[in-house]
Amino acid sequence: MTKSWWKITSFVLLIYTVTGGFLLDVPRLPILNETIRNLYFHVAMWFAMTILFSISFFYSIRYLRRFDLRDDIFARHFASAGCLFGILGYITGFIWVSVTWVADQGQSLSGVIREPKLIFAAIGLLIYGAYFVLRGSFTDIDKRAKTSAVYSIFAYVMLFVTMFIIPRIVEGSLHPGGKGGQGGNPALNFKDIDSRLRMVFYPAVLGWTLLGVWIATLRIRTQLITDKPLLHTTHKN
Amino acid sequence: MFTSITALVKKDILLELRQQHTFYGILLYIASTIFVLSLSVDEPDAKAWNGIFWVIQLFICVNAVAKSFLQEGRGRMLYYYTLVHPAAFIVAKLLYNLVLMLFMSIVSLLLYTLFIGNPLSNIVQFIGIAVLGGISISLVFTLMSAIAAKAQHNAALMAILGFPVILPLLLLLMRLSRTAFNEVFKEGAVLQLTGLIIGLDALIIAMAVILFPYLWKD
Repeated sequence: MTKSWWKITSFVLLIYTVTGGFLLDVPRLPILNETIRNLYFHVAMWFAMTILFSISFFYSIRYLRRFDLRDDIFARHFASAGCLFGILGYITGFIWVSVTWVADQGQSLSGVIREPKLIFAAIGLLIYGAYFVLRGSFTDIDKRAKTSAVYSIFAYVMLFVTMFIIPRIVEGSLHPGGKGGQGGNPALNFKDIDSRLRMVFYPAVLGWTLLGVWIATLRIRTQLITDKPLLHTTHKN
Repeated sequence: MFTSITALVKKDILLELRQQHTFYGILLYIASTIFVLSLSVDEPDAKAWNGIFWVIQLFICVNAVAKSFLQEGRGRMLYYYTLVHPAAFIVAKLLYNLVLMLFMSIVSLLLYTLFIGNPLSNIVQFIGIAVLGGISISLVFTLMSAIAAKAQHNAALMAILGFPVILPLLLLLMRLSRTAFNEVFKEGAVLQLTGLIIGLDALIIAMAVILFPYLWKD
């Protein structure tokens, strides 16, 4: 956790993302034009969110296997870092929407809210919101850790099932890779994304994710210090 | 295993029969909700009718299932703990709530069509979907009730926990129920949606059985 190489990597990658993202050449499609640069920020946020939630899920399972309160602290802070990136994803998405779909395509905002990907993101944020409310309602730390781990495992599985269900219910999507395309996520599909974009996009995803992990670990470390007496006693048992 | 499940379900039914006020309470809740609705929205169009119906189901379920774990005191839970396997306990609770919610779904559908009108073209199909929906919703909320019961018996918490999780199921159900309004579906789509809902239900049951033992130990 205290090793610094990955923090330096994150820093360098993000410097590259910001400078390269704004200065390197990008393909200009109608309507999108230069806004495609938002790919490095908006889409990367969602990737980071999903990865951070998955790390939180992993620690929740580990808590139920070992009952070590440290795992609970990890799960909690990775979830909150994931939420932060989810909110940032919404903000960057909102900026993107307002200059493309709303301004150029004449879509209404209420139409945009029914987007499959937005529904998925909203469910994700609601679930982790509920997770924090649940945590807040306990005074006993062991009970809190156990119950919230159960909820987060259940909710995470349901969330990822949702990802496959929603495209079947909500027809059409403004996002690329919806019904019209080959399906799946175009950012992951090698054929759908221009190689010029890939040059910055993959480093951006890695950089943002590492930043998220960095934020989470800082908070985990402070909590581990403040909770030291508690952890010590529970660990002995 | 099976004997303990049946014994637990029987015990819950017996408890319901002895303490009828909660049962009638939910019935009254259904009746008054639908009455208030009928006064505020007379004859909604098919889309609104469908949406309102499912939202009502959601709230009925929160009320009907909420007490299933909340009524079990600490001492009684400890007693069960010494007697039965946790999987048997949660399966019994799921079963009991399923039956309860099934009944409530049918009653509410009856009152709903009576008070708010009936734009359905295929009522038998819709009853089937309502039954499937009632089952699905009751499964999710039973587990949520088990979680919420751990947190100082808070019924509002159950709704907060359950709504984001139930959303995909609810969307599926609303989509599927449009077939009962004469909407033409692609061939095989109805079967696929039904299959998805049943699959999700199976997943929820599996997760409830896996995760409940952790909630149960204190």
